[in-house]
Amino acid sequence: MLEVRSLAVKYGAIQALHDVSLKVEKGEIVTLIGSNGAGKTTTLRTISGLIRPAAGSIVYEGKDITRLAPHEIVKLGLAQSPEGRGVFPQMTVEENLSLGAYTRSDHAQIAKDREHALSLFPRLRERLTQLAGTLSGGEQQMLAMARALLAKPKLLLLDEPSLGLAPQIVQTIFKIIRDINAEGTTILLVEQNAHMALKVAHRAYVLEVGRITMQGDAKELAASDDVRKAYLGGH
Amino acid sequence: MDQLLQAIKDSITIGCLYALIALGYTMVYGILKFINFAHSDVVVIGALSTAVLGERMLHKLAPGATAAWYYGPLLLLLAILICSTVAFTVERLAYRPLRRAPRLNVLITAIGVSLLLQNAGQLKFLFGTEPHPVPMLIDQTATIFTVLGVKFRWLDLAIIGTAIIFMVALDYLVFHTKIGRGMRAVSHDTRIASLMGVPVDRIISFTFITGAALAAAGGFLYALRYQTVTQPADTGWALLGLKAFVAAVVGGIGNIRGAVLGALAIACVENFGAAYLHPGYTDVYVFVILILVLLFRPGGILGKAVVEKV
Ligand SMILES: Nc1ncnc2c1ncn2[C@@H]1O[C@H](COP(=O)(O)OP(=O)(O)OP(=O)(O)O)[C@@H](O)[C@H]1O
Ligand SMILES: [Mg+2]
Repeated sequence: MLEVRSLAVKYGAIQALHDVSLKVEKGEIVTLIGSNGAGKTTTLRTISGLIRPAAGSIVYEGKDITRLAPHEIVKLGLAQSPEGRGVFPQMTVEENLSLGAYTRSDHAQIAKDREHALSLFPRLRERLTQLAGTLSGGEQQMLAMARALLAKPKLLLLDEPSLGLAPQIVQTIFKIIRDINAEGTTILLVEQNAHMALKVAHRAYVLEVGRITMQGDAKELAASDDVRKAYLGGH
Repeated sequence: MDQLLQAIKDSITIGCLYALIALGYTMVYGILKFINFAHSDVVVIGALSTAVLGERMLHKLAPGATAAWYYGPLLLLLAILICSTVAFTVERLAYRPLRRAPRLNVLITAIGVSLLLQNAGQLKFLFGTEPHPVPMLIDQTATIFTVLGVKFRWLDLAIIGTAIIFMVALDYLVFHTKIGRGMRAVSHDTRIASLMGVPVDRIISFTFITGAALAAAGGFLYALRYQTVTQPADTGWALLGLKAFVAAVVGGIGNIRGAVLGALAIACVENFGAAYLHPGYTDVYVFVILILVLLFRPGGILGKAVVEKV
């Protein structure tokens, strides 16, 4: 469904990604793990068209999307919930949700998808008229995910949904990630919380200073010594 | 008492003119975070097109007679079309290629565009360098009612009414429509807005067009009120633009409702200062208020309390 081929990305003189290749098949949850500054966010931003790569290509459903504008990529069904949530604080929860559906005009279906998103995140329903900036961190994360779902994505990119959240909320968020996937949405999940990410994912890639160093079945990676030492606290 | 009433009336009328212009500054700043120095020239084009096209259409009008009622709206519409086209083209050719350039480059380009519009406007086959009289689109003296010797003319009503219609329409557009939501999203964070599928470049074009339409209305109403429109490079225009910009800053730059509030505040300061202090120093009062606001509330009346270097 998504194939990233030999991606190279530079920020001025700094090269953030070297020859990064990865694949996501339809129906999968694939996770991209790695420590701070490894290049995970850079990878997702490049896929969404926010950054132009120096080399390499991105193919989505057989179509080369490397040079498309971000809004055209969203229209093709590839949505992202960005790092740090990126909700619009001065807008209400309702307005944030409608922004998620910006590329769509099938109002009846949007209303249904909105209902469905609110049933996944019931806490948002009580806060529809509240300004997004006044939500708690966990609620903002829920809003960012619900909003991305309103784009009706076939492939959903999630950048560190667990960042800065209490363990209990993290559990909820990961359960919902699984639910969304079970309903047929393919997911590429970027995480620093490798423990949780490897639990929900089918396959995983490990990114270290801009290079893919390991890849494979999530359960096998979780059991491997290298990954356990580096990302799972060594036990 | 009559002096007070007169000052209130003038503040509202002039405030409406400033507001229409200030909105364009604030909208562009809100989205691109730069001061569009060429905005006041768009106002000038609006005023001069009204005068020149009006002359052409109504040259057979007997001296002192008033044109049929529909010439006003027609000329306003034409001014809007012309100004929007100019602003759209300027954004497309001058500002868009600089989207990733440092803001200073864009600022300098805007000054260049402003000079270009002024000088091109002086060409003989455009507006020339002579002042243009404005045909009587509305009877200047027709009075609705008089209170304590202060006349409320149909002209005042036309200015205030038109301005209010435009401001209410803008408020509706920005806060209650999909494209308005897109504008607010881009103004908060371009990158995240584009991840929502908002077509950023199209929103920016649309913002310039909307700002220019309001500027055209401002220019049109200015022509209607003052009856003579001077040439594009006249310093009076720069001062008008500057005051509208000050209004946007006083209200909180980037904030649409703030721009309207700031414009009314500036007009009040001018008119009350003229009435009760000294009529020769109106510009001074405006800049004193600007300095006071920047000192004690740098974000403006409705703005956020963040200070940003331009
Ligand atoms: N706009 C930028 N300009 C210059 N360098 C950047 C920029 N954004 C990221 N980088 C650099 O690129 C590298 C990869 O950053 P990136 O944000 O992709 O990492 P990450 O894996 O998402 O890290 P984290 O887990 O902390 O979010 C880092 O060394 C970072 O400093
Ligand atoms: Mg990151």
